[in-house]
Amino acid sequence: MTAEYVGLGDWTVETLSVPGEVRPVVSAPDPVLSRPGPEVDPTSDEVVRLAADLVATMQVSPGCVGLAAPQVGVSAQVFAVDVTGHPKAVTVHGTFVLCNAKVVEASRWKAGREGCMSVPDLTGDVKRAGRLVVEGVLPGTGRPVRLVTDGFEARALQHEIDHCAGLLFLDRVAGAHAIYQRKVYL
Amino acid sequence: MNELAITVIGRDRPGIVADVAEALARLGANLTDSTMTRLRGHFAMTLICVGPATADVEAALAPLAADGQLLATVRAVTPDGQTAPTGEPYVMAVHGADRMGIVAAMTRVLADAGGNVTDLSTRLTGSLYVVVAEVELPPGSSDEVAGRLARTAADLGVGVSLRPADTDLL
Repeated sequence: MTAEYVGLGDWTVETLSVPGEVRPVVSAPDPVLSRPGPEVDPTSDEVVRLAADLVATMQVSPGCVGLAAPQVGVSAQVFAVDVTGHPKAVTVHGTFVLCNAKVVEASRWKAGREGCMSVPDLTGDVKRAGRLVVEGVLPGTGRPVRLVTDGFEARALQHEIDHCAGLLFLDRVAGAHAIYQRKVYL
Repeated sequence: MNELAITVIGRDRPGIVADVAEALARLGANLTDSTMTRLRGHFAMTLICVGPATADVEAALAPLAADGQLLATVRAVTPDGQTAPTGEPYVMAVHGADRMGIVAAMTRVLADAGGNVTDLSTRLTGSLYVVVAEVELPPGSSDEVAGRLARTAADLGVGVSLRPADTDLL
């Protein structure tokens, strides 16, 4: 990995060249959600298929801006993110999938209330960095990337990287009185 | 299946939660939702558990209260099930110089607007009084409620803020 900025370049979901299939999303207390996922070979057929499936599953799930491999029952460091059109998003990189992603710089910490598809009945107050640099590898091409982002996309990336490490937002809540029954009033 | 509401209140010391939870576990009681805090230094715990008979839980908790430092109450309650949310979630924060009736006046404004308080903490420290409440408001009513809260707060000489408790679904 070079230290210079390397964005997504011309990578798109089409680069994967396989149709994504929707997989069922698992909920806590499924143990796969609490297990740190291993690093993956981003060019393997299995990981390319998983990447396409994560995007497909994210896209059919209402309001979903990110989905990590453990949420579809696969313990692995792979996740999809797409915050396009979200009212709180500032920097937006569109739809992308990262493998073996790590946070390399984090600053401007800010508390916010977040929920998760895999913990459908609870929300919690969690502090996340508002400015973030993440390094990872693109599935399919295997090319390293370094993404610089902020705001809502930064929060989504931290949430998904946590999933890959076997952590839920419940592991990061600000205190004993910082979890809430989720209020759905659709 | 019995559903029981239990309160334990009294002088704080290390180990009360462990003692209560252990007594309940020995009876095969399933501790479901609970909350515990210290209120002006007093231990205060409220919990719901499912399983044993009221008298059995009272007997199991009696040794805890034997020295007169803790008071435990047990009563059977009717399972509520999932209560339907009534509105949009907001957080109301009030702070200012302590005086009589702050909580009464501010929560009356919420109640009159059809708001439902779902969590509440109040703290008095020195002369500063603080109220933080989670409240569900009828959809579309927040601007009007905020105005009424501001007028009531001005009458009381305290400050109030009402902000959405919006959740980012990730």
